[in-house]
Amino acid sequence: MLSYNSVEELVAAAVENNCRISELCLRDQSKKMGLSEEKIYENMEKCFDIMCESAEWGEQKGRKSTSGLTGEEGYLMKQYAEKDGGLMGQPMSRAVSRALAVSNCNAAMGKIVATPTAGSCGILPGCLITAYRDRKIPKRDIVMSIFTAGAFGMIVAAKACIAGAQGGCQAECGSASGMAAAALVEIMGGTPKMCADALAIAIANQEGLVCDPVAGLVEIPCIKRNASGVVIAFSSADMVLAGIEAKIPADECIDAMREVGDAMSRDLKETATGGLAATPTGKRYREQVFGK
Amino acid sequence: MIGPSSSHTAGACRIGKVVNKIVDDDKLTEVKIQLSGSFARTYRGHGTDRAILAGIMGYNSWSEEIRNAMEIASERGLKYEFIAEDIPGAHPNTARITYTCASGKTGFIEGASIGGGNIRIDNIDGMEVNFSGESNTLFVLHQDKPGVIANVTNLMYWRYGELNISGFHLSRKERGGDALMTLELDDLPPEQLITDLKKMDNIDNALLIHAI
Repeated sequence: MLSYNSVEELVAAAVENNCRISELCLRDQSKKMGLSEEKIYENMEKCFDIMCESAEWGEQKGRKSTSGLTGEEGYLMKQYAEKDGGLMGQPMSRAVSRALAVSNCNAAMGKIVATPTAGSCGILPGCLITAYRDRKIPKRDIVMSIFTAGAFGMIVAAKACIAGAQGGCQAECGSASGMAAAALVEIMGGTPKMCADALAIAIANQEGLVCDPVAGLVEIPCIKRNASGVVIAFSSADMVLAGIEAKIPADECIDAMREVGDAMSRDLKETATGGLAATPTGKRYREQVFGK
Repeated sequence: MIGPSSSHTAGACRIGKVVNKIVDDDKLTEVKIQLSGSFARTYRGHGTDRAILAGIMGYNSWSEEIRNAMEIASERGLKYEFIAEDIPGAHPNTARITYTCASGKTGFIEGASIGGGNIRIDNIDGMEVNFSGESNTLFVLHQDKPGVIANVTNLMYWRYGELNISGFHLSRKERGGDALMTLELDDLPPEQLITDLKKMDNIDNALLIHAI
């Protein structure tokens, strides 16, 4: 059985079994949970369907968060992206609109899939729905790639953490981008080692990111950080597919993330007492929602 | 799950759900929820209060009732109070839930939400536990007497032969007093096991928490 203790072990197991990380993870989860592989696949397919539903919901006009501080980011971005793709071009700008939309859905207390967390729930769907709809990748490959994302997510959770309160935003959006980058690489036919490299690059590129939610809400800056998380996931995956290697191995990037998280002040770990939450405007928003 | 934060909403709801399981058929009349660390500072924005309350009432992290948990609690006559006060040395997302039931039974649990909806229960009624919810977990509250553990594991083996225990932890308040067994299982046991356990000598309660 798989241990999910290190990326190195996971990659080695996939190479030894001559299979994709997703296949290995599916087989392992089937054994661990005592359910058939088909059943586990079906459950994951349901998760992907929920991701699509949250994105569609969030891309509609008039979607506001429960607090009223944010809303329509997904809708506005979709309108803009559909015109001529904007500066980033079509698949990318749509990926961003989907990430925003899923985060909008979360901020409105709608149903989402935590990937790995609710605060970072837009990143994996932004990447995967775009691969599915715009690059026309078969649904089975997309759903399978979520197992790869999940396997890496479990390693990050075991070696470091995935909670903003414990490791800052790097632990949430950083982990989510890493997971999504690895999934994208697998979808595009990359090797297990390449998936690990994409994870490493994405995590390294968000190292140090603090969790400073305004008014303690998962809205400012969280929603837009999901958008940048998608861009980092795509660029990390593309770099690896172009033949660029991660200079620091994934396991060491995860260790570094944990150390940086431990060194972070408590004010910057989801307590809404530092960073953007402590700015004059941030405080004003807090008063607007909760009063003085 | 229903947003907005997996550790502050989904995980919080699951911590609450543990209380619901412990109380079982008894009617809850009052709960006091102490929030520590990041929970204490962001609970209103993250909906942690609503989520814990929903969990206590038996709802799940994907239940839409989370949104109206306060109203539902009032309708049910469940008194609730939230206290933002740090618990020294606790994980940044910790909640301590103290409850009172119609029967007069009282108790508390302390648990942390460790990210992605995963939880860790650290204390039940003053007894240290270490339970993650990643496996199906069986709690057996019993009297610290010789043979109780053997009776439980024998019953599991002889009547439900396929059940494999993957983790075991025992804690007690004092010699011969209240004790708690925590058994992690590979597979989901049938409900009948819980009923059978509750009928056994020296066992006060048994409850099962399903894996995430």
